[in-house]
Amino acid sequence: MSSGTVGAAEPAGAQAGPPAGPPTEPSAGPSAGPSAGPPAGRTGSAAPPAARRGAVRVPRWAPALAAAGLAVAAYAAYAAFQGTATLPHDDDAAPFRIVADLRAWADAERNRSPFFLFLVNYVRLGVGSVHDLLHLVLHGLGWAGLAGCAGALGWLAGGARTGLLAMAGFGAFGVLGVWQASVDTLALVLAAVLLSLAVGLPLGVWAGLSPRLRRLLTPLLDVMQIMPTFAYLAPMVLLFQIGPAAATVATMVYAIPPAIRITALAVEQVSPAAVEASESLGATRAQTLRGVRLPLARGTIGLAAGQTIMMALSMVVIAALIAAPGLGSDVIRGLSRADVGLMLPAGLAIVAMAVVLDRVVTAAARPPYEEALGPGAAARRSRVRRAAAGALAATGILLGRVLPAEFPGAWALDFAGPVNDAVDWAKTSWYGLTQAVGGAVAEGLLNPLQTVLTEAPWWLVAAVALAIGWRTGGPRPAAVATGCLLATALLGLWQHTMETLTTVLVAVALTLLAGLVLGVAAARSPRFAAVQRPLLDAAQTLPAFVYLLPALALFGATRFTAIFASVVYAVPAVARLVEEGVRNVAPGAVEAALSCGSTERQLLWKVRLPMARPALLLAANQGIVMTLAMVVVGGLVGAGGLGYDVVSGFSQRSDFGMGFAAGVATVLLGITLDRITQGAGRRPLTRTST
Amino acid sequence: MASPDGAAIEVRGLWKIFGPRADRVLGGPDAGLDPVALRERTGCVAAVRDVGFTVRPGEVFVVMGLSGSGKSTLVRCLTRLVEPTAGEISIAGEDVRAASPARLRDLRRNRVSMVFQHFGLLPHRRVLDNVAYGLEIQGVPRARRHERAREMLTLVGLEGFAETLPDRLSGGMQQRVGLARALATGPEVLLFDEPFSALDPLIRRDMQTEVVRLHREVGTTMLFITHDLSEALKLGERIAVMRAGEIVQTGTAEELVGSPADEYVADFVRDVPRGDVLSLRWICRDSADGERPGETALPAETVIRDAVPAVLHSDLPVRVVQDGRPIGVVDRRDVLSALAGLPGAAS
Ligand SMILES: Nc1ncnc2c1ncn2[C@@H]1O[C@H](COP(=O)(O)OP(=O)(O)O)[C@@H](O)[C@H]1O
Ligand SMILES: [Mg+2]
Repeated sequence: MSSGTVGAAEPAGAQAGPPAGPPTEPSAGPSAGPSAGPPAGRTGSAAPPAARRGAVRVPRWAPALAAAGLAVAAYAAYAAFQGTATLPHDDDAAPFRIVADLRAWADAERNRSPFFLFLVNYVRLGVGSVHDLLHLVLHGLGWAGLAGCAGALGWLAGGARTGLLAMAGFGAFGVLGVWQASVDTLALVLAAVLLSLAVGLPLGVWAGLSPRLRRLLTPLLDVMQIMPTFAYLAPMVLLFQIGPAAATVATMVYAIPPAIRITALAVEQVSPAAVEASESLGATRAQTLRGVRLPLARGTIGLAAGQTIMMALSMVVIAALIAAPGLGSDVIRGLSRADVGLMLPAGLAIVAMAVVLDRVVTAAARPPYEEALGPGAAARRSRVRRAAAGALAATGILLGRVLPAEFPGAWALDFAGPVNDAVDWAKTSWYGLTQAVGGAVAEGLLNPLQTVLTEAPWWLVAAVALAIGWRTGGPRPAAVATGCLLATALLGLWQHTMETLTTVLVAVALTLLAGLVLGVAAARSPRFAAVQRPLLDAAQTLPAFVYLLPALALFGATRFTAIFASVVYAVPAVARLVEEGVRNVAPGAVEAALSCGSTERQLLWKVRLPMARPALLLAANQGIVMTLAMVVVGGLVGAGGLGYDVVSGFSQRSDFGMGFAAGVATVLLGITLDRITQGAGRRPLTRTST
Repeated sequence: MASPDGAAIEVRGLWKIFGPRADRVLGGPDAGLDPVALRERTGCVAAVRDVGFTVRPGEVFVVMGLSGSGKSTLVRCLTRLVEPTAGEISIAGEDVRAASPARLRDLRRNRVSMVFQHFGLLPHRRVLDNVAYGLEIQGVPRARRHERAREMLTLVGLEGFAETLPDRLSGGMQQRVGLARALATGPEVLLFDEPFSALDPLIRRDMQTEVVRLHREVGTTMLFITHDLSEALKLGERIAVMRAGEIVQTGTAEELVGSPADEYVADFVRDVPRGDVLSLRWICRDSADGERPGETALPAETVIRDAVPAVLHSDLPVRVVQDGRPIGVVDRRDVLSALAGLPGAAS
């Protein structure tokens, strides 16, 4: 109403000679027309002329007013209907029973129906035997043999430094006292990686050559990548039962997408000039692939392999939920008992494994022609490397025959005791601080928000989601988001979804705040960026659960632990996206603003941040996806909600139905949040290891 | 080589239309539309429109045009790196459009080689292996192909760089590698797609000289694409000028400068020093009444600039003869105004 009058008054003012400032004060109301008369109003000088010329346009504050109105309406509805139409949790909801029946049916059919007999069981058998074979070989080498072979491979790939690093890393498994578990984990990871690469690389090459296949695969890979890892554990159990085979397949599902994507990209983006030159000389497709595309894509394909390994490693802990042997189960046990001393060695071993595998693969993938050596020197060096590697491997294997297979216990350090002492000390001496922080977040943010979300009627929550989604993305995303949110109610998990949503929202808010501050600071100060970058790099390569360790040590098993861990986990990616977005704002615009005499602060608020909006939205989106994945992991350390349901679904057979449904609800919640925030449109190529 | 009387390359009615349902456009009435209208109506780009030309064996034929006029598309159509939409192409007697994949590969392997604007070298291979690549895919044994590759490197003046990786070389040297690679298979026809456009002017001049020298030594038929008029004038025995996919004029440099077919060509050649390109044929005139030509006679093909000393030393107008018959006279005024580019000097 009032917007109409003001809007109509505007063109008249604009025509009346002196430039009139747009009516920016909502309080001015109908009197805005005359009062805007004097030239060079406070706001008029800042507004671009184009904005002033627009004839009958909705004033800037109209959407804000509408939003405020909606917010008031929502609050009124909440006040009026609080406590009605809530959907309290029921451990025995119908959907859970249906899944439980499904599992019973699958178990009964396992040795009867052709689907299981001829497909699923064979996959299980095949994957299982790859794993068993690796397990057998790795253990058969003995600790000396395995360390020697690892050193040899490292040496071969990257020279003495990589070789020694590999040996030191493997030695660390023993020194940490987790040799057996490490080798179990290594077998699982290697099996998953080898199978993933065996499937993913050829498929990726093919997709790189065939746009049609790529179009076919893209949505599938999107789904695989956006799915929280938790979500497909339960279906794996349904198909493959628990154990190493199911864990390997689950890991593969997680690790294959980057292998395919990056490979396809690498093959596709090979210099078209080189490809054309090869074709112009009469090369067949196969010759061009072998002689030009693959060699030129080699470095990037190596990246794909490295990424695959990282993804597989980061699944180790989660896969332990479905009885994967190895380090993961130590971590899970440590988490569920809040026993930092138990999980620290396992965690360190996983990190060591990640570092070693990453280095070796990266070194192996480095294209040889990048090396600044003459051909003679290169040949000589590769001979030396081969000799050293051969010697190392032979010595290791011989020693492995002679020495006992067990890593000598005397060399292992005992961690649990001192670590737990240190944790206890930290807990008691920082008790006041950690309690205050954790308590403040719980009292100030978590509890009120959770109360609102769980006590509001379901339709009100859905309506608010619809409104927000409409505002940010338009009708379609809003409809999808609301639909997914409501589907969690159909699964019988409304209340737990709301609890998880609470944790996610708080974690996301904190993540964005921290990411924004760090990102903007880095974009503005090169020195700060130089310090921060390596830290972020390191943080992004660590497996996710590592962040639970310090959180658990400091805050015990509480919701805040999960939030703290997920913030630490997601901030690096967000900060980096923010930094890039703010830094890459068109230099021309920045220069123009500076030449008008903008201060640094004005530059930031009026130019950089508004222009970086797409990047910021992308950062928010990415932050939400990562936070969600992590908050669910937090179910292990007392975050409650869906994560806890998922975990207990694997530990107790009677809860399987609920766990399964909770996995699905996690996905639905993820889609809801993703759709609402996906204003940024495109999603980044690869997910950083989760 | 093709039979002496046959053409090395013969192209007739060649069309290339990019976009959806290209062949429908070709048959229909839209084919005659100008590029902008065509794109608006059908979403298609007609990059090559009804092009035809003949290249004689051993000739250097230049195709010239502004960027986007369809030169690259045209040259890629010749060996079907880009599949033509319609038309006939014959290279050394082979019907290219009808060739099976195997025959086409054979054509590319043995008879036609191409040199690219952006070199298209393989960064992971030594220079030697880059040059030998064409032979390698034909299955030539290692020793033989390396020997041949070394010969080619010597030919283009790169002996001593065989073991280097291409990224270490300067742009001009990289293009020499590209040239050596194209020559290594002993082709009858060399196609150049703006090979020197990415190079510095000085190096470009060296490379042009190099091509002239190679052409003298090897005698290969060459089809040379360029957007640079001076390059076209330097290399081309005949030049075809392209605009918006069509060839607007084909002829010698002298013909283009002397009688441009339309405004576009005239614009192109406007800055060419006419005295360097035109021959006396374009400026000689009938002797005026009472004017007595001198003793000196010059052949009609003499380039105007080369005629300067003779005209200068003769007080009387110089006679111009073609095939022994006098066709007119020129005097100092005619030559001077032609050199100065005054109107009416050559029309
Ligand atoms: N693969 C392609 N798909 C669509 N249009 C193309 C393609 N290649 C070239 N064109 C178009 O054809 C026209 C001629 O391009 P090109 O042959 O590269 O010109 P030139 O080499 O003379 O600069 C241009 O308008 C270009 O946009
Ligand atoms: Mg071109």
